[in-house]
Amino acid sequence: MDSERSKHYPLYRREVVARLLRDRGDMLVVAGLGASAWDITAAGDDPLNFPLWGAMGGAVPMGLGLALSQPGRRVLVVTGDGEMLMGLGSLATVALQSPANLGIVVLDNEHYGETGMQSTHTAGNTDLAAMAIAAGFPVCDTVRDDAGLEATLPLVRNGKGPVFLNIKIRAETPPLVLPPKQGVVLKNRFRLALLGAEE
Amino acid sequence: MTQTDIATWSGEIYQSLLRHRVRQVAYVPDAGHLHLIERCIESSEMVSVPLTTEEEGVALLAGAWLGGDRGVLLMQSSGVGNCLNMLALPRVCEMPLVMLVTMRGESGEFNPWQVPMGQNSEKLLAAAGVLTFPVNQSDRLEEVVDAAMRKAFEGPSAVAVLISQRILGVKKFGK
Repeated sequence: MDSERSKHYPLYRREVVARLLRDRGDMLVVAGLGASAWDITAAGDDPLNFPLWGAMGGAVPMGLGLALSQPGRRVLVVTGDGEMLMGLGSLATVALQSPANLGIVVLDNEHYGETGMQSTHTAGNTDLAAMAIAAGFPVCDTVRDDAGLEATLPLVRNGKGPVFLNIKIRAETPPLVLPPKQGVVLKNRFRLALLGAEE
Repeated sequence: MTQTDIATWSGEIYQSLLRHRVRQVAYVPDAGHLHLIERCIESSEMVSVPLTTEEEGVALLAGAWLGGDRGVLLMQSSGVGNCLNMLALPRVCEMPLVMLVTMRGESGEFNPWQVPMGQNSEKLLAAAGVLTFPVNQSDRLEEVVDAAMRKAFEGPSAVAVLISQRILGVKKFGK
């Protein structure tokens, strides 16, 4: 376990997410609880964002259900290493369905950011991209720097999925930018923007 | 309860899923759901999603609902505990969730390890805000599943139909 190394990684989470979501078009975005949810909100709150405030381990299967229901739309899941670690089995569930419209990005700072920056398993030898490959993902990569990010962003935004990117980011705590926390508000605005008024 | 009886009520539940326009069927297998799972896998109207753990199904169906799809989760009672924290999602967001739960750990259960979760499934689901519909007669199953789905999709609410071992028969070990 090396809890120090991620303090020196060159990529910053807010910048990575801003680049992921720039000119997002009609992309649907689910974020795992905690810092990932604040990051997508800092990039610009949007009715087609679904930031989770709980349901840890649920971001990837939620993205899968959404991708299967909307095969014509791009779905992006943005989550953290801790949240991903709690739902690793869901990588196998996604790989079996293999939705071409699903991208998954893990912002891996090797720490649990909301609970006091304790190290996660990825501060040891755990390699999330390798786990996604072993689960059966056709496209997986680990991104460590700006050049890697530039090369892989088009894949996760538009490439034939499912695509899995593990992005090593610096361990830091940017200011909170909170989305609405009422689940009913998040659900209603999302469904209204995507499906229109209910009959 | 013979295999023919199970195939009959499984076929009735399948028709009920079609009537309610269910499109995503998530499951962790159980012998009691064998026929229903086969029907759903063969169906061109439905996408079948095998899960590695039941809580994935709760999140999957929340995503499906966000995207405009209706779904159901097929599982056995031993998986109820796996779902508990994830049940916050349909509850806080007021989304429909339909769980069809085959029971273990009731009277006649051979395996004591099935008893703790089987005996407490209904209480745990109710504590998590899920409406429970226990059924112990096969000729009432379709009617109850139908009513539960109406409650779920029109509510919207989280509901669980608990299908008794009296309907399923007790699992036998060995020959």
